[in-house]
Amino acid sequence: MSVTTLTMHLLNGLAYGMLLFMIAAGLSIIFGLMNVVNLAHGTFYLAGVYIAYYFIGRQFGFWLSMLLSIIVVAILGVLMEKLLLERVYGKELEQVLLTFGLSFIFADVVKWIWGTSPLTLPVPSGLDVSADLGFMIFPAYRIFVILVGCMLAVLLWYMENKTRVGAMIRAGVDDRDMLSALGINIKVVFTCIFAFGAGLAGLSGVLGGPIMGMYVGIDSEILISSLVIVVIGGLGTWKGAFIGAIMVGVVDTLGRVLFPSFTMAMIFAIMIVVLLIKPNGLFGRGAHA
Amino acid sequence: MLKLDQVDTYYGNSHILQRLSFEVPEGKCVALLGRNGAGKTTTIHSIAGLTPPRQGSITYKGQPISGLPPYKIARRGIGLVPQGRRIFPSLSIRENLTVPAKDSRSTESSRQKWTLDEVYKLFPILKEREHNMGTQLSGGQQQMLAIGRALMTNPEFILMDEPSEGLAPVIIEQVGDIIKKLKETGLSILLVEQNFYLACGAADEVLVMNKGHIVWKGTPQELLANEEIQHQYLGV
Ligand SMILES: Nc1ncnc2c1ncn2[C@@H]1O[C@H](COP(=O)(O)OP(=O)(O)OP(=O)(O)O)[C@@H](O)[C@H]1O
Ligand SMILES: [Mg+2]
Repeated sequence: MSVTTLTMHLLNGLAYGMLLFMIAAGLSIIFGLMNVVNLAHGTFYLAGVYIAYYFIGRQFGFWLSMLLSIIVVAILGVLMEKLLLERVYGKELEQVLLTFGLSFIFADVVKWIWGTSPLTLPVPSGLDVSADLGFMIFPAYRIFVILVGCMLAVLLWYMENKTRVGAMIRAGVDDRDMLSALGINIKVVFTCIFAFGAGLAGLSGVLGGPIMGMYVGIDSEILISSLVIVVIGGLGTWKGAFIGAIMVGVVDTLGRVLFPSFTMAMIFAIMIVVLLIKPNGLFGRGAHA
Repeated sequence: MLKLDQVDTYYGNSHILQRLSFEVPEGKCVALLGRNGAGKTTTIHSIAGLTPPRQGSITYKGQPISGLPPYKIARRGIGLVPQGRRIFPSLSIRENLTVPAKDSRSTESSRQKWTLDEVYKLFPILKEREHNMGTQLSGGQQQMLAIGRALMTNPEFILMDEPSEGLAPVIIEQVGDIIKKLKETGLSILLVEQNFYLACGAADEVLVMNKGHIVWKGTPQELLANEEIQHQYLGV
C-alpha cells in the first residue's frame, strides 16, 4: 500500500472515529454519571439521520435539517428519560431490557416509515468537492467532519474541566448521593445530560449520513463500537471517549481494507489488552457508587 | 429546630432506627454518641434524606421534611459533613467548594453569608492549595474542606458525622474549636461522634444511642460523671 493510500485510509478512519466519538461521549457520560447502560443510544444516531432525511426531503436544506434533527432527538431523549428510564434507575436488568427493547421498537418504526433499503444523505453543497491537501486529494466533507469532531472535543473538554456544570458532572460521577446532599437536583442534571448525549448522537447521525448512508442495523453496529470505546476510554470522561474513538475508528477502517474478516476481532483484542493493563480503561477513574 | 419523632429506618429488612425520637434546639450543639453500628450514620442519613425513614416524622423549623429528596432538604438549610468526608476526588479544592448549590432563601438576613472568601478566611490552607485536588490534602485538611463545602450551602443547621475519625489528637482539638466557632455564628449542630471528649467539649447536650434508639440523655457534665453509661454504651 502506498503512503498516499495509507494516509487516505487513516483520514477516513479519523472521520469515522469522530462520528463514533460523538456517540461514545454521550454514552460514556450517561454510563458514568447515571449508571445507565443505554443500549438504545444507537437509536439516537438512527433517529438523527432519518429525521434529517425527512427535513432535507422537505427542502429545509442540510444545515437547518441538522439543527432540527438534533432538537427533535434531544426531545426524544428527554421523553425517554422522564417517562421510562427514570422508573428503572438502580435496576440494571430492567434497564438493559428496556433500552434494548426500545432500540428494536425504534428500528421497526424506521422500517415502517422509510422501508428497509439503504438511503443516503446528500453532501451539503459547498463541501461536495475534493480538497487538495498538497500531496493528495481528499473529500472536503470528511475533513469537515474531522474538524467538527476535534472542535467538539475541545469544547467538551472545556465544559468538563473549566465550568461549574462540568465540575458538577464530575462530582456526580464520583459520588451522586453526596452531590444531592449539597442541594443539587441530580434528576435535572440526569435529564440534561441524557438530552445532551442524545443530541450529540443525533448530530453524529446527521454528519454520518453522507458518509455511511443509513439503514436499520447501523444503530447496533455503531452501538457495539461505541460500547467498546467506552470500555477502552473509561467511564464518564470525554477524553477517554475521544482517544478510544480514534483508535477504534482507525483500526476499523484500516482493518476493513487489510484483513476484512478479522476487523471486529482486532477491535476486541485491543479492548482486552487495554483492560488487562488498565482495568478501568485508559482514562477511567475507578470504582464509583 | 430539628425534631425526630418515632422514626423507623430500615435497610431492606433490617430495622435499624427503632422509634427514634430527639430534638435539637435552635443555636445548640447536640452530640449523638454510640458504638460502632449503633445507627448514628443512619440517623444522619435519615435526616438528610439519603435513607428516608419508613415511619415517624422529622420536622425542621416546624415543617415536615421526611420524604423530601435530599437536595430539597439541603436547600431548606441543612448541611451535611459526612462520615469519611467524601471529598469529590475528581474536583479541585476550589471546585469542591463551588459545586454546592447556592442558598435560595437569601432574604433571611441575620445569618452569616458564607462565600468562598469567608470559607478561605476560616481555613486559609484551602486557599493556599485551592488548585490542588481535594484528595491531595491530609485527613485534617480534608475534614476542613468537607466542613467548608457544607458551609457553602449556607446552612442554618449542620449534620456532622464523626469529624474526628482518623485524625491526630492535635487536629481533633482544632476540629473542636471550629465547631465552637460555628456555633457562635448561630448554627445549630448535630454532632455524631465516637470521641467522647470532643463531643463533651463542644456539645450543650449529649444523647447516647444504642441499637437504633436513645438510651441516655443529659449534659456533658452529667455524662462525664456517669461512669456506668460511659462503660456500658461507649466503651470508655
Ligand atoms: N447500606 C447498608 N445496608 C445494610 N445495613 C447497613 C447499611 N449501612 C449500615 N448498615 C447497618 O446498620 C447498622 C447501623 O449502621 P450505622 O452506619 O448507622 O452505624 P454507626 O453508628 O454510624 O457506626 P459507625 O460508628 O461505625 O459509623 C449497622 O448494624 C450496620 O451494619
Ligand atoms: Mg457512622
